[in-house]
Amino acid sequence: MPRAFIIILCMALVTMIPRMIPAFIVERVRFPEWVNHWLHVIPYAALGALIFPGVLSVVPEKPWIGLVGGIVAIILSIFRIHIVAVVLGASLAVFFLI
Amino acid sequence: MNTLEVEESGIAQTKKIQLKQGIMSGFPIMLGYFPIAITYGVLAAQSGLTLLELTGMSIFVYAGAAQFMGTNMLEIGAGAMEIIIATFVLNFRHFVMSLSFMNRARSFPLRWKFPISLLLTDESFSVASVKTEQTRQPNGSYFYLGMFMTAYLSWIIGSVFGGILGDIMPDSISQSLGIALYAMFIALLVPSVKIKYRYGLIAGIAMVFNYLFSFYLDEGWSIVVSTLLASFIGIFVIRGMTYA
Repeated sequence: MPRAFIIILCMALVTMIPRMIPAFIVERVRFPEWVNHWLHVIPYAALGALIFPGVLSVVPEKPWIGLVGGIVAIILSIFRIHIVAVVLGASLAVFFLI
Repeated sequence: MNTLEVEESGIAQTKKIQLKQGIMSGFPIMLGYFPIAITYGVLAAQSGLTLLELTGMSIFVYAGAAQFMGTNMLEIGAGAMEIIIATFVLNFRHFVMSLSFMNRARSFPLRWKFPISLLLTDESFSVASVKTEQTRQPNGSYFYLGMFMTAYLSWIIGSVFGGILGDIMPDSISQSLGIALYAMFIALLVPSVKIKYRYGLIAGIAMVFNYLFSFYLDEGWSIVVSTLLASFIGIFVIRGMTYA
């Protein structure tokens, strides 16, 4: 087997293990209330970290383009526009700014 | 038709509806994944991976940032151990996300939780985290299966396209779609913030942390540490609040 494939399989292994362990943890463990609170707010913390500052790197040499695209997405989502339309609207904004 | 048949067709219908709605919820992820997967396929082919290898990486690793990093490191001749450790570090954030979602989906049998957890990415986790009512519905697991498989298949198909056809997307379009996943994350966050501003505060804290840490840490660690710190602070932020 070529070297690259062995590396890919090891990459798969170290990616899969952290993903699947929680499935087994929640089978066995009941969490105290504060842990449930913590797990409940993780999505919001993760979304924050996933959005910023990454959004500035959409066009790496022009961070303001990502910023404007992000603001367009915020405005569109405030008006409860469908998520696909938000994605397309922000992409269109970036398209015209490039 | 006897009662049992009616019941069975009723259940079958519900599974189908859940699956269909899940596929529809996966659509924005697909939109974001497709151009990135094509780019990945193109770069991986250029860096010398065979079509089988680059597709295999999408099937088995299924983690965008890590795949870009991995192909790059393979190209510059990095050591195997280095690549594997870097992948682990970059993808460790999925442990935290998976723990959060698996706790939500606690009631699903393990034979469902296990495959769903393997298909957990930043994007599928984010969409699943704002669509939690299905964790309490009958056949709700089919909803997440539909969503996660849509994302997974679009990632694989996009990689193959990129690997075979090369750069088929005009630069201006693939660059514009570079905002797609960020726009999706924003569209997922904003409605929750409108309902509870405290969620916005938690996200804002994570943004500030991630901005500060991005100067000192690798992207993977920076996201893990900011998510952990902001969510721990978040325990106090939501104190006294009632939520579903």
